[in-house]
Order: sequence, then C-alpha cells, then structure tokens
Amino acid sequence: MADRADELQQAVRRALAQGRPLALTGGGSKGFYGGEPVGEPLSVSGHTGVVNYEPRELVLTARAGTPLEEIESLLAGEGQMLAFEPPRFGAGATLGGTVACGLSGPRRPWSGAVRDFVLGVRMINGRGERLRFGGEVMKNVAGYDVSRLMCGALGTLGLLLEVSLKVLPRPEAEVTLVQERGEEEAIELMNRWSGEPLPLSAACHDGLHLHVRLSGSPTAVAAARRRLGGDPMEDGERFWESLREQRHPFFQGNKPLWRLSVPAATPPLALPGRQLVDWGGAQRWLVSDVPVEEIRHQAAAVGGSATSFRGGDRGHAFHPLPAPLKRLQRRIKRAFDPRGIFNPGRLYPES
Amino acid sequence: MKERARRKLIQALRAFLPEEAVIAGEEALRPFECDGLPAYRELPLVAVLPEDAGQVQQVVRFCHEHGIPVVARGAATGLSGGALPLADGVLLGLSRLDRILEIDPLARTARVQPGVRNLAVSEAAAPHGLYYAPDPSSQIACTIGGNVAENSGGVHCLKYGLTVNNVLELKVVTAEGELLTLGSAALDSPGYDLLALMNGSEGMLGIVVEALVRLLPRPERQQVVLAAFDEVEKAADAVGAIIAAGIVPAGLEMMDNLAIRAAEDFVRAGYPVEAAAILLCELDGTNEEVSEQVRRINDLLRGAGATEVRTARDEAERLRFWQGRKAAFPAVGRLAPDYYCMDGTVPRRALGEVLRGIAERSRFYELPVANVFHAGDGNLHPLILYDANKPGELARAEAFGAEILELSVKVGGTITGEHGVGREKIHQMCVQFGPAELEQFHALKAAFDPEGLLNPGKAIPQPRHCAEYRTLGDTRTPPGERAGNG
Repeated sequence: MADRADELQQAVRRALAQGRPLALTGGGSKGFYGGEPVGEPLSVSGHTGVVNYEPRELVLTARAGTPLEEIESLLAGEGQMLAFEPPRFGAGATLGGTVACGLSGPRRPWSGAVRDFVLGVRMINGRGERLRFGGEVMKNVAGYDVSRLMCGALGTLGLLLEVSLKVLPRPEAEVTLVQERGEEEAIELMNRWSGEPLPLSAACHDGLHLHVRLSGSPTAVAAARRRLGGDPMEDGERFWESLREQRHPFFQGNKPLWRLSVPAATPPLALPGRQLVDWGGAQRWLVSDVPVEEIRHQAAAVGGSATSFRGGDRGHAFHPLPAPLKRLQRRIKRAFDPRGIFNPGRLYPES
Repeated sequence: MKERARRKLIQALRAFLPEEAVIAGEEALRPFECDGLPAYRELPLVAVLPEDAGQVQQVVRFCHEHGIPVVARGAATGLSGGALPLADGVLLGLSRLDRILEIDPLARTARVQPGVRNLAVSEAAAPHGLYYAPDPSSQIACTIGGNVAENSGGVHCLKYGLTVNNVLELKVVTAEGELLTLGSAALDSPGYDLLALMNGSEGMLGIVVEALVRLLPRPERQQVVLAAFDEVEKAADAVGAIIAAGIVPAGLEMMDNLAIRAAEDFVRAGYPVEAAAILLCELDGTNEEVSEQVRRINDLLRGAGATEVRTARDEAERLRFWQGRKAAFPAVGRLAPDYYCMDGTVPRRALGEVLRGIAERSRFYELPVANVFHAGDGNLHPLILYDANKPGELARAEAFGAEILELSVKVGGTITGEHGVGREKIHQMCVQFGPAELEQFHALKAAFDPEGLLNPGKAIPQPRHCAEYRTLGDTRTPPGERAGNG
C-alpha cells in the first residue's frame, strides 16, 4: 500500500518539460497488446492499495497499480466479484492496466464490459494536472463521462491513478453444461437462449462443443439446466478461466491470433484457420495467417471489426477508423495530451 | 436588424426544408420556449423540425457555416433546462424522426430514430418477449435521443443499468454537419469509446439521429414487497442490509412520510400512512427464484426493523404499489403551489446523514420537503415545497436546494444522478469540479465542436464564471414551477 501519486505527477511533468514520450506500464502483463510501447517506461505498479471498499456500497476504489489478484481475492472474501471477469494474462496484472486495455472475459455479454463498471477515475492528463472524474456513486451525470473514455484508451489519454468500480455479488450457484453441436447451430442456439429469461453467464463454441454457463439462485439454475440440456462439466470454472486467460489449447501455437468483434448472431465466418466462438457469438477468436486485409474485410462486411491480438503487425493492431472518426479521435487525444507524451502509437499510429 | 437576420435565416432554411418544418413567429415558437423546467424560458430565432437525418445534417452544416448556435430537443421532458433554446440560435426538434426502423428478435436489438418514445421501444419489442430496460418515469413521453443526451436511468438501473449500458450504436451529426457512426452492432468497436462519452453529454458533442439499443428478455415473474418503518434511517439501513445479503433487486425505492401521504391521497395505493418511510423492493426472475427471494427479503426487512412487510397479493396490487411511487411527484405537487425537485446521488452509507441534513435545513428554511428516491443507487429526489407568490420563498427554496446539492458532493456524491446539469445546476458544477477538470471538459468539447455551436452555455461552466460564483455567492435564477418527474 503506497501512494506514489506525487512522484508520478513529477515524472509526467519532467517528461512534459523535456518533451520526452512516456511508455506507461503496470504489471507488464499486457505489453504484447496494441502498438509497440515507445518512450521512457513509467511504471504505475508501485502506486498501490485499496482506498475504499464497502461491500454494502457495491463499490471498490483502488490505486491503479493494485494487483488485480489482490482486488479479486478481497472481493471474493466478501462474496463479491468483478462481473466483467477481466483477463489477467500474468500474475502482475494491475487495475490500471486492466482498465486501460479495456478487456473483458466470458461474462461480458450478460454483465457488461469494464466500461460498464467504471464509476470514476483520478488521473494525470498530458498537462501534468491531477484530475478527478465521476466518483463512487452508481448514477452520476455531472460533466462528460471521462472515466469511461479511459477504458480501452491504452493509456494514450492520461495516466490512471485511481479507479472506482461497481462490483456485484457472486452468484449463489453456477453450472457449466456441454453438448455436441455444430458451429452454425451453436451460434443460433446461443442467440435464441439469450432472448429467453435464462440465467446465462457465458456461452462458447470451441469447434466441437457448445459450452454454456448458468449463474444465479440454485432454483433458477436448476430450472434452466432442465430447459437447456447437455452434460454438466466437472471443472466448469477451470474451463472458463482457461478461455479467459488464453491457456485453452485453442490458443497454443505460433500463428497470429485475431480477435473479431461481430454482431452476436453472425453466422460462421468463412476464414481459413481455426476459430473459437465466445461471448454468445459476439467474439470470434481466429488463429490464422490469412492476410490482414482479408480478415478485416470479412469482419467489416458483417458489421464488426478485427484486432490483431497477438503475433501480428503491431503497427496496425486495431481496425482502421473511417477518416472523420480518425480526425475526431486525434483531436480528442490532443485535448488530453497536447504534447503527445503518453503511449505514442500504442492505439493507432501517430501519423 | 435582428428581424432582418431572422427573415434571411428562414428563407435560407426553407431552401432545403419543407415550409412547415421551419417555425417562426412568436406565437408559433411559444411551445418551444422551455423544457420540463419552465422557470427558464427563451424564444429561439427559429425552430426547425427536420424529417430525416439528411435534413438534420443540412441544418447543422448551414448553422456551422454561419456561426449560428443549435440546441437539439427531443420531447422536452428534461428537468434541468438542457433543451432551453437560445435567443440567437436555432432550436432543432427531432420529434419527426420517430420511426422504429427494425426490431431484430434474434440479435435482441432495436434500431430507432431519436424521436421514438422510450416506452414505444418496449411496446414494439413485447411480441418477442423482449423489452428496453432503462425506464425513466417520463417514459411515456421522453425520447431515445433525449435519453442518450441525459444518460437517463429509471427505477431499474441498479440491476439493468443506465442508458449508457443499453445502447450499442449511435449515428451522430457533428457540429460540422458530418455523420459519424459510434459503436456498432458488435459489443465493442475500435478506438476511443465515444459511444460511452455521447451518453449524458447533453447535446453538446453531437446530435443523435439514430440509435441501436439492446433488448432484454422479459423476466418470467416480477413481485413487489412493501416495507414500512417508523424511522427514515432504519429504512436507509435496510437498503444496505439487502445489498449486503447479496441481493440486487430489480428496483428499490423509498418514500418518506410526506410523500407517502401525498401519494396515498392521490392514487389510493394502499400505503401505510403512519409510516415514517416505506421501501418498495421489486424482485424479478423465474417463478421459483422470485418466491425464494421474497422469503429472504421478508426476513431481512423484519430484521432491519420494519414495522410491517407486505407482498403484493396479485398483479393488480403490484401495479398499485408502483402507481403510488410513479405518481409521487404530481401527488406532492398538489400539496403546495410550487415545488423544486433535486437530483443528488450519494453513497448509500450516507443516506441517513443526508436525510438528517435535509430535515434540519427544512426546519431552518421553514419549507417542507418530501423525499422520494431511488434508494438502491442512492439517487435522491427531495421535493422542496414553496409558494412563488410569497415574497422570499423562491429564494429560500433555491438556497435550500443548493445546500442539498453541496451536501451531496460533501459526502462523496454528485449534484445530478440522472436529470443532467443543463442550465439549472451549472453553478453547482463549480462545487463538484475544480478549474483543471472544467478546462479539460472544455478541451474535450472543443475537439468535437471547435466553434462551440452545439448547446452552448449548458452543462459545463466557464472556470472564470466559477471564480465569480465562489466569490460573489449565490446568483441562481428562479427554479419556479415544475412539471414532470423522475
């Protein structure tokens, strides 16, 4: 538990005065994601500690360098959780890095993403000022929602010092059901079931089997289990964790890994390589060495986008933006970081 | 001079808009002079009612070219003067963009124009067993475009989220008249999350011309439990006890004695009129799940000191319990010639302290206050009763209101949970934010709207204005008579 906000602010001010870009880091667990880090490393991982946690409020506030593991075990002790199930991708994963990367796990379609749970932030902008947006309350419409804007911005808009999150009670009962289904049929089932009042909390198709997780009160889970059929999985939780952390055999190998974010009901995508359908159809993992253009073209054709997640061209990791949106995003970047000192090129190339 | 400029403007707008879509003349403009906060009134130069996104773009482009401010307006049910016209500006009404373009039951989405009413989305989705979750009390009238601008909540947002959590994609016309698509039918999109940023931006960053919203399956069963308490603070503690037990109710509302009596007089909901406070707790889910939760909630409420706990015997009684809550604003409105509705949100742990503080100030200012609020998420709606015709009462109501908002900030909350800052709470923004945050808001606004033509003068005060506010003290303008509810 250490408050390093003053040191971090000084470091930002020094970089600003000298015009040196900074590569903001947390635990370094997601350094592979997005553009290659450029600039002098500035680690936030020493700025740690849970500042406020009252289970009755369903809110937790912690400094950005606090390990995710510490936060999640603290929550578990009170029967609560981060409902967006953030992937850690390593022991050092911090809260700040989690929010900056904006990644969410299997529960995302039903519970929401990181951005749906962020209530407030304290941050340092590119002028070296300490700012506070949002707060610790569930509803807050005073001022623009800068806190949510920080989610997935990969630290290009500011250095996160502290984050307040909405947390939720852990479900009383949980079961994972497995049944053999083809990909097309599985996608349709996942979507149909999502339209019924069932306590779904994860749904994935690994190429052979449809995996569905049910979470809620024991009676609701039991009733839904009868309705959906399939065999209960012994170690269901391990399965979802291996998927979230990309330790599942699907993710092994040296070929580039793509993440396609598409409308959930999109039929199977005809792309060479291996595919895994997660998020009830809304997230398609693809292991393939097909040219970038073809993958992006297919994702865009169905109304989605494609991210080069691992092992691809880091200079163009994210789906290109239409020109007007690109201009606007650059203006937003300048509004927060006029000298361009934070994480240059981590999200999109600077020029 | 102004008249000549107005005539030229009308002529120019009629070049690309149908004649009846351009409204001018004092009589014709009168209905557009205010939103749900009629204390603030202003006639715009002209009002326009375009019929499609292309016409919206043309209007905005024209105004951009000529440096004319634009204020967008949906159903004008807002309670903070966010859609208040500007005397030198164009009022852009979106009421004619009122078509539901598509309901996709498999994808569970609705594509709608901004002028579609909130409730109409759920009605159109109902045959598929689906509904649109955010349900502000004005949902019969308020529109999706306005809901996005205000990030509207409702009684179910603790469990189902606000507008920001239920919108997938927006088509937005920028200050320069460009059409942008933010978000998509997928769950996330590349680049900064501008979709999130648009929600609650009060028409300052862009004008929504189309929205794709998420639909949820209707729960199998809903049930309401009513609990009475002999002390307001016990009711506030019961809220914490329910959450601590791991239950997230679909709705958790609280009313104090004055509100209970007013509602009971008005709609005969069957409320216990002697109670200091009541809690209404809605549970939803499968049939068995709800039965089980009702049992647990009963025990929790009794354990928290409830003097009476009642479960609605049938659907008619459930609806009656809610009707009382929904009618609370107009019901309280019958108790005095005027009322002033506040909208602070506080951490739940501070509910008792804040309610005590409100009661003390009520005695000090000699103005009664009725408390009706979304207890589950700490969003308070104190209704200050006054009579604008009695000298000094209006000023006392304003001062009282400002103190409630400042108290909300002091205990770690916010000046507005769901009604927006608009024109009304612009001074209190100075209490919640310092100069650096305000400058950052303005820089962000300038990235979208460099000339400051979209709804200028609302939501974000100028830092120098705050310096004046802090040194000169209160300069608030009259809140006056209120309509609508929250």
